[in-house]
Amino acid sequence: MAGDASARHGSGGQALPSAEPVPARRGGLFAIDNRFLPPILITSILVGANLSFGILEGWERTALSIVVAIGTELVLGRITYGKWPHPASAYISGISAGILIRSPFLWPYFFTSFISILSKYVLRVKGRHIWNPTNFGVSAMVLLAPATVTVLSIQWGNAVAPMAVIWLLGAVIVWRVGRAHISVTYVAAFFLFSFVRSALTGIPWLATVAPITGPMYQLFIFFMITDPKTTVRSKTWQCVVVVIVAFVEMLMRLAELVYAPFYALFVVGSIAMVIEITRQPRSTQGHPQAN
Amino acid sequence: MPRQRIAWFVWTFLLVASLAAVRALNQTAVASLPDDEGVSDLRFGFQLAESAKRRGVDFVHQVPSFDSKLEHIMPQVASTGAAVAVADFDKDGWQDFYVTNSGEGSLNRLYRNKGDGTFADVAQSVGLADVNRRDTGVSMGAVWGDYDNDGFDDLFLFRYGQPQLFHNEGGKRFVAAGTGLPRWVNANAATWLDYDRDGRLDLFLAGYWPDDVDLWNLKTTRIMPESFEYANNGGRKYLLRNRGDGAFEDVTAAMGITSRRWTLAVTAVDLQGTGYPGLFLANDYGVSEMFSNRDGRRFEDVAMETGVGRAPKSGMNAALGDIFNDGRLSIYKTNISEPGQLVQGNDLWVPKAAGAGLPAFENLATTLGVDLGGWSWGAQFGDLNNDGAQDIYLVNGYISAGERSSYWYDFSVIAVGHSSIIGDAANWPAMKGRSLSGYQRKRVWINDGFGNFTDVAQAVGATDTNDGRAVALADLRNTGALDVIVANQRGPLLIYENRVAPERHWIQFELEGTKSNRSAIGARVELHWNGHVQAQQVTAASGFSAQNQRWLHYGLGSSRTVDRVVIRWPSGAAQTIASPSVDIRHHVKEPDGR
Repeated sequence: MAGDASARHGSGGQALPSAEPVPARRGGLFAIDNRFLPPILITSILVGANLSFGILEGWERTALSIVVAIGTELVLGRITYGKWPHPASAYISGISAGILIRSPFLWPYFFTSFISILSKYVLRVKGRHIWNPTNFGVSAMVLLAPATVTVLSIQWGNAVAPMAVIWLLGAVIVWRVGRAHISVTYVAAFFLFSFVRSALTGIPWLATVAPITGPMYQLFIFFMITDPKTTVRSKTWQCVVVVIVAFVEMLMRLAELVYAPFYALFVVGSIAMVIEITRQPRSTQGHPQAN
Repeated sequence: MPRQRIAWFVWTFLLVASLAAVRALNQTAVASLPDDEGVSDLRFGFQLAESAKRRGVDFVHQVPSFDSKLEHIMPQVASTGAAVAVADFDKDGWQDFYVTNSGEGSLNRLYRNKGDGTFADVAQSVGLADVNRRDTGVSMGAVWGDYDNDGFDDLFLFRYGQPQLFHNEGGKRFVAAGTGLPRWVNANAATWLDYDRDGRLDLFLAGYWPDDVDLWNLKTTRIMPESFEYANNGGRKYLLRNRGDGAFEDVTAAMGITSRRWTLAVTAVDLQGTGYPGLFLANDYGVSEMFSNRDGRRFEDVAMETGVGRAPKSGMNAALGDIFNDGRLSIYKTNISEPGQLVQGNDLWVPKAAGAGLPAFENLATTLGVDLGGWSWGAQFGDLNNDGAQDIYLVNGYISAGERSSYWYDFSVIAVGHSSIIGDAANWPAMKGRSLSGYQRKRVWINDGFGNFTDVAQAVGATDTNDGRAVALADLRNTGALDVIVANQRGPLLIYENRVAPERHWIQFELEGTKSNRSAIGARVELHWNGHVQAQQVTAASGFSAQNQRWLHYGLGSSRTVDRVVIRWPSGAAQTIASPSVDIRHHVKEPDGR
C-alpha cells in the first residue's frame, strides 16, 4: 500500500480521497475502495452517535451541510474543469461541517460547507489549495460569527467503550491509508504540550487533556490534519508540521483561545503548504478534491 | 485558460460575499434596540422603574459556603438559591411574596403587601425566617399551595437539605407540618400539582445533586455531573401524594418516575387536555424530560416522542405561555449562550396542530427571536404592556466577579471532557475570582401578537446587570399591570414597577376550587375576545425557582369587552362566563362544590 502512493506523492502512504480511482483490495473486511473508507467511517460514527446519544439536534442541519458541500463541489468542479468531480471528499467536508458546527440557526450549516468548498477553488498556490477546506470553513465561521456559531463540544456519551471504539476505528482507517504517523505524532505532541501547559498554569493535567476525549478532536485528528491534499509530502515533514501545530495550539491555549486546534492548523498548515509549494515545480492541475 | 480564470474570479467574489454575509447575519442575530429609544414615552406601551428600596424591600441574597474541597469552584457550586414566590398569604387582596436566602444563618423574608405601595418583612414574626442552618440545609426555593384546602396558602420550602412544609394558620403564623417528606434532598425545583385529581394538592420535588451528597462534608470530590450532556447521576425525584391527613406518601417509583437527571426547573402541564397534569423538567447537563400522566395511575417519559428531549443542553427554566393566542400552550426553556464559546440557544417548544394524542413540539425560539438570552435563567410569560399578547421577561448572568476576567476558557476545556475527568471536582480548574458570563443585560421580549418578539429591555428600563435567577410577575399595586420581581444571586431583590399605557384594558381571574383543589392549580382558562383566544393555566412553580401570582392576568389592548371566558377546572368541570367586565379582577368559584 505504501508503494502505491509513493510514486504519486513522494511520501509514504496512500493519498485519499483523490480524483484517480485506487484499486480496492480483494477480500477481507476492507475490500473496498480506499476513497470510501473515511466517508463510511465518519457516517457510521455520526449515525451511531446520534441514534445512541442524540448528538445532532436534528438531521436537517447535517443534511443541509452535506447537500450544499456536494452540490457546490459538483457545480464548481464542472464549470472550472469541464468534468464532474468525485463527490467523496465533498461529502466528508459536508458531514464534517454538519457535525462540527453548532448553531440554533440554519444558515451557518449552509455557509460552512459553501465556504469550505469555495476555498479549495479560490485559495490556491501553483494549482494546489493550501487549506483543508473544513478547517478553513469552520475557522472562518467561528471568527466571523461568534455570537451564533460554536463548535461541537459534546461527548459521545458517558461510557468509555464508544470512545474506545471510535479511536480504534479511526486508527485503523488512517493506518489503512498510510496516514497513521501523522495522527500518532500529533497525539503524542498534544499530550507532551499539555504537561507543559499544566505546569505553567497550575491547571490539573487531566483538565488540560480533557478536550482530546471528545469527538471534535477525533474528527480533527483523523480527518483534518491527515488530509492528503493539504499536508506536505514528506513523511518526516508531515510529522514535523503536526508537532508545530500542537506547539502553536499550546501557545493559543495559553492565550485561552477555545478553538486553538483549528486556528493552529489554519496558520501552521497553510504556511507549511506555501513553503513547500513555492519551493517545488508547478504541479499539474487537477480536481481540488480533499476533505 | 480564460475559462478557469473567469471562474476563479467568480468563485472569489462568491467567497468574499459569503464571508461578508456570515458577518452580517451574525450581527443581525444579536442586534437589539438602541439604549436610548423611548425611555419615557411609553413607546412600547409600558415602562419599568426599579423601586424595591422605596417600597421597603432591602434584601441582598447571600450564598452558602460548602466543603473547602470545593473552594476553587465555590461560585459555581453555590450558584443558586435566590428565589421568589408570590401569594396573598393573608387573604387581604394584596399580593405578598416570599424570598429565600441561602447563607448559613441567613434569614428568608416574607414581604407582606401593606396595600399602600410598600412592604413589610414579617417572616420572623410568622415563623418563616430562620430556616437556613447547617443541620437542616439552606434554602433554594419555595412554592405556595393550599394543601389542606382551608383557604390559606401554605408554603413548601425546598433546600439543599431537609424539605419543609409550613402550614398557614389563618394568615397569622406558619407552623411546621406534613409527614412523610424525604429527610434530605439537594433540590432546586418543586411544584404543587393534583396528579390524581382527588382534589388535594400533591408535591413534586426534584433533586439536583445526589441525595447522599452532603455539600458541607464531602467524602469524595467525585460529586460533579458525569457528563456535560448525558448526566444521569444527579438527584432523584419525589412524587409525594397528599393523603389528606397531613401525611405525604412517596409514590415516585410506583408512578414510574426514575429520573436521576440534574433538574433545575419543573412545571406541571396538561399535555393532552385530559385534566391529568403531566410534568416538564428542565434539566442541566442533559435533555429535558416530559412526563405524561396516564390518568393518575402512571407517568411516562415522552420527551423523545414529543420532540422536547432530543438535544442535550443546560435547561434552567420551565414556563408556559400562549404566544400565538390560539389556545396552545408553549413551553419556554432557557439554556446557555455565550458568543464564541457555547451557543445552545433557548428553546421555545410550540405544540404542533391540536388533536388527539400526544402533541409533537417544534422549537421556534430561533424563528421567533427568543433564543439568544446569554446565560439564561428564569423567564416568565406575561402581558407586560396589556396589548393582548404574552411577552417574555428573562433574567440571566451566571457569575459576576472580576470584571475584566473570564473563566470561560477553563470552563470550556473541562466541559468537553470524558466523564472520568469531568466527574471529579478536583479536576476542575480554579476560578480564581474570574467571571463566567457575568454582568449580562436582561431580555424583555415583547410579542407583536403574531409570535414575533423584540427585545426592549434597555428601552423600557430593565437595565440591571445582576446575576438574575428567579423572576415572578404579580400585580402588586392592584392597578391591572404586571409588576416584575427579580431575585438575584448574591445580589439585591428588585421590584420593577410597571407603568402601562392607560388606554389599554385588562382583566384578571382569581379562581377558587371547591371539588378541585382550593388553589385551583391546574385549572385552564381560555379568554375569548375580539376574535382572539388566549389560554393560561393556573400553575404553582413557573420559571426558575419562582412562582407568579395565581391571579391570571390578560391584557386586552383597546378592546373594552370580552366575549366569554371558558374555565376547565382540575376536577373536570367546565364553566363558561359570558361577557365578564373588563378592568377588574373576577373572583370565580368552582360551581357545584362542597
